[in-house]
Amino acid sequence: MSTKTLPGRGDVHEPITGRPDGSAGRRHSAVRRTARAQARAAWILGVPFLVLFAAFMVLPVVWSLLMSMTDTESADLRTPLNVSFIGFDNYVRLFEDEQFVHALRNTGVFVLVGLPLTLAAGLAAAVALDRGIRRFRAVFRVGFYLPVITSVVAVAVIWKTLLDPRAGLVNTVLAWFGIDGPAWLADTRFALPVMILMAVWRNLGTVMIIMLAGLQSVPQSLMEAAELDGAGAWQRFWRVTFPLLRPALLLTAVTTGINYLQFFDEPFVMTNGGPLDSTLSATLYSYNQFGNGNYDMASAAGYVVFVLIVALTVLQFRVLRDKD
Amino acid sequence: MSTFAHPGTGHADTDRSVRRRRIRQNWGNPWLYLPLTGCLLLMIAPFLWMLSGSFKPEADIRRLPPVLIPTAPTTANYSQLFRSLDFTSMFANSVIVSLAITAGNLLFCSMLGYALAKLDFRGRRVVFSLVIGTLMVPALVTFVPLYVLVANMKLTGSLVGLILPFLAGPFGVFLMRQFISTLPDELIDAARVDGCGELAIFWRIILPLTKPALATLGIIAFLGSWNSFLWPLVVAQNQDQYTLPVGLALASSGQSFTRYGILLAGAVVVLLPVMLVFLRFQRQFVAGIATTGLK
Repeated sequence: MSTKTLPGRGDVHEPITGRPDGSAGRRHSAVRRTARAQARAAWILGVPFLVLFAAFMVLPVVWSLLMSMTDTESADLRTPLNVSFIGFDNYVRLFEDEQFVHALRNTGVFVLVGLPLTLAAGLAAAVALDRGIRRFRAVFRVGFYLPVITSVVAVAVIWKTLLDPRAGLVNTVLAWFGIDGPAWLADTRFALPVMILMAVWRNLGTVMIIMLAGLQSVPQSLMEAAELDGAGAWQRFWRVTFPLLRPALLLTAVTTGINYLQFFDEPFVMTNGGPLDSTLSATLYSYNQFGNGNYDMASAAGYVVFVLIVALTVLQFRVLRDKD
Repeated sequence: MSTFAHPGTGHADTDRSVRRRRIRQNWGNPWLYLPLTGCLLLMIAPFLWMLSGSFKPEADIRRLPPVLIPTAPTTANYSQLFRSLDFTSMFANSVIVSLAITAGNLLFCSMLGYALAKLDFRGRRVVFSLVIGTLMVPALVTFVPLYVLVANMKLTGSLVGLILPFLAGPFGVFLMRQFISTLPDELIDAARVDGCGELAIFWRIILPLTKPALATLGIIAFLGSWNSFLWPLVVAQNQDQYTLPVGLALASSGQSFTRYGILLAGAVVVLLPVMLVFLRFQRQFVAGIATTGLK
């Protein structure tokens, strides 16, 4: 944070703006002039973003909240203001809908299992690349990061053929070991775990890259001092490296958590929530409501996810923030 | 000393330990390469499968159990893909939409990012908290009102409708502000002393220094818009506005997997441009994350 106060900046100007006779009042007006110039520049620089932001972010966020308390349907598309206010009815209906509660449970399982797995896998990859090996680092880094940059539509096409019960690679390899693989995406027991594995595969690269940056900020001298004091590799990691990685861990935990609570892409392109809603997520439920024209219910479901995201983020900040 | 007492064995010992240390210095822990390579193979197996599948002839695709390496590699899948889809127009749409969104984010986010990092103005804290707060807003919350908004602006069925809502996102502001905060204040003060105008300071002094962050934001914005498909799927109304992922999604939902060779060829075509962009800029990208992400 650059919270240098204005008088401080004014002082720097003094040699030029202040005349040789440099009266206090004159200097003061010079300070005020730069302050005004700064404020004007700030707003000129900020306005283009803020206009777009107000129209396409702030307005929709507020509108969505209002919409969730009305009976807006797709029929109201052209006259969005011509609807009636019904308070929290939509939220009540939402929690009475077993399908939504089921979708929330799926989302919860996805986050509770997927988030720690992704963080652990990404951290392990980062430590192995940073501390373990010295050659071919770029090859491993690009390879681990490749799924992150891949379009989820392409991912879906690839994984559907990989997981095809008869013609897929996965069951072919399992067959070499005499295992009769299931129809992964059509089986209520396996569909959600497969989505979790896919998400870990897709996201561990992001965690790895940020952790790598964090690891590079751990001073070498600290590690050498710990080694001289007789700390083993395991102790060095948990006692020295890991605490210093806390900012990186917080950042990845928060961003991945925000991502995972919006669990949508995988089920949308792979299973459409099936089989028997076993991969239906809260956001997919919201999207389906939008597709059915129930804009009010879609917004309410979206807002429930929003509240969950805020809660998870606050929790993570509480737990992982630097204690000092 | 011991080398003199037992020249033979002692020498071999130091020799071996020297070699071991040299291996450690050059390679790190040699035992890690095997498991890591295994992990790497697991990670990229889907891509190898995609590549091999995209070159498989019909006969290989029908074979059970499947062959891993095509018996007679063919480009038939690719030529059929280009014939069946209006590929050129989809590719052009993807490029236009992605470049426009990337350019918008680079410009608008760095402008506000600089103001938030280095300029004093009333409302700075409020603007910053507001922008950062929306990072937590799920896409599905803004989705419905955005759709109603864009529909009423008569922008559904035009590329503008695909671009405009995503021209300036909060993440870019966060990234640019974090990076610019690390630049020394003295730079700006010195420029002011030299009589440089406030806007010129941003344009001529700050912007050239933010290249690593711009590279990072550019890649993230480009990847995000290139790969985005839900919004284009809903807003695009006919083939003229389809982007590549939309085309691939529609092609894959309408087809049975007996012809998955074509779909895998499509996946290759969607992936290739972003892979090239990433490989070209990956060094700057990693450096940018290192300097921005951790504040």
